[in-house]
Amino acid sequence: MRELYTQLNERFPLGELTEQRTDLAFITVTREQLRPLLLHLRDLEGFSHLVLLTAVDWMEEGIFQLTYLLSDRAKRRDLGLRLMLPRDGASMESIHDIWPTAATYQRELREMFGIDFPDSPGVNDEFILEGWTDIPPYRRDFDTLKFAEENFRQRPGRETRDPAQHMKDQLYPDKA
Amino acid sequence: MKEKLEKRRVAGADEFGIEPLRDSCCEVPSTVRPTAQFRKQELEKRVVTGPDGIEFEVDPLRDYYCEAPPTVMPPAYIKIVEDLFNWARAESIWILGFGTGCGAIEMRPLMTPRFDAYRYGIQWRPTPRQANLFVISGYLSVKTLKRAIRSYEQIQNPKYVVGLGSCTINGGMYWDSYNTIKRLDDYLPVDLYITGCMPRPEALLAGFMDLKKIIRAGKAEGANRYAENFDWYKANQKQVIHDWDMPDYSW
Repeated sequence: MRELYTQLNERFPLGELTEQRTDLAFITVTREQLRPLLLHLRDLEGFSHLVLLTAVDWMEEGIFQLTYLLSDRAKRRDLGLRLMLPRDGASMESIHDIWPTAATYQRELREMFGIDFPDSPGVNDEFILEGWTDIPPYRRDFDTLKFAEENFRQRPGRETRDPAQHMKDQLYPDKA
Repeated sequence: MKEKLEKRRVAGADEFGIEPLRDSCCEVPSTVRPTAQFRKQELEKRVVTGPDGIEFEVDPLRDYYCEAPPTVMPPAYIKIVEDLFNWARAESIWILGFGTGCGAIEMRPLMTPRFDAYRYGIQWRPTPRQANLFVISGYLSVKTLKRAIRSYEQIQNPKYVVGLGSCTINGGMYWDSYNTIKRLDDYLPVDLYITGCMPRPEALLAGFMDLKKIIRAGKAEGANRYAENFDWYKANQKQVIHDWDMPDYSW
């Protein structure tokens, strides 16, 4: 992987490399590099498969991290490209023309994180949620518990127990 | 008769602790038409050309759906006849094959020889029109709730609802989830709950036996409760389904 990184670094001045395993590594890239890098990896390096496109919400830093995970079946290695986006008005160029499957991931990210991908086919269609009116639910400033309490009536009488202590009390009542 | 029904309605409301969720949510629109914002194109009025070339107008909400709310089904004129009916109902439980959550996986072993629910007169049917028991099998997301309501309303009387697993009772492990309901009986009239996460097929069989007893005792009045408190159920349903784009009653 380091070899590939050195080769790539000659063409593109890349960010840091994180080697997770011998066959899995992540590289931080800039927004301008992403498209030429994806095309290069797909057409010349054998990374023919887009495994997934996902996002991480780094709320404290005010950024979204997009991860494009690519797979090279022939050499059995995976490479993830990390890309940082400003969290406010997050928007990214679509890559559905490189991998058509990306359109589905982009539609999901649009709905669950509110990251816009202009020109991606059907990106504004509802993906999983129906009639959603709140902020996108995967954003970390979305308070799931508060939303559930406001929208759904809870049944009273629900108790929470520590499983270890509960089993101890059940099995050895004299020692409790 | 009307007075009797009136009385029964109040009694039923007390018994099941039925009360509106919030004051503001109980204003049910008098029309059955969905709000303009969420109108589906397939529900709009349109002119259709038939195969013989004749043009005619189709208003799906009027032509394909019933606009009348459900009505209470009174018991038979004499108790012995009603008891006979209830015996017959209890012995032919036909379940709608609609799995809403992970609990649906527990129904498969029941259909097959190992647990074989068919020996108790219980079988699964593919459409709501042929079924009389709706098993809400596990967690119910708001999106599925919409389909579950439509399926329930399309089942013909007599009909029963069984909530399977802790998710239908109090949300279970999804108690703080943003997209699953926490109390099934807010939205559909539940006759019986089967606890567990998951309940095993034996638990379901025991539950079905209990349901039979309830039906034979004439206490499985869920459909009538739904008809009596129709506005309350609709208000609760509309409170969680924000894009209400279907007729209020769709049988």
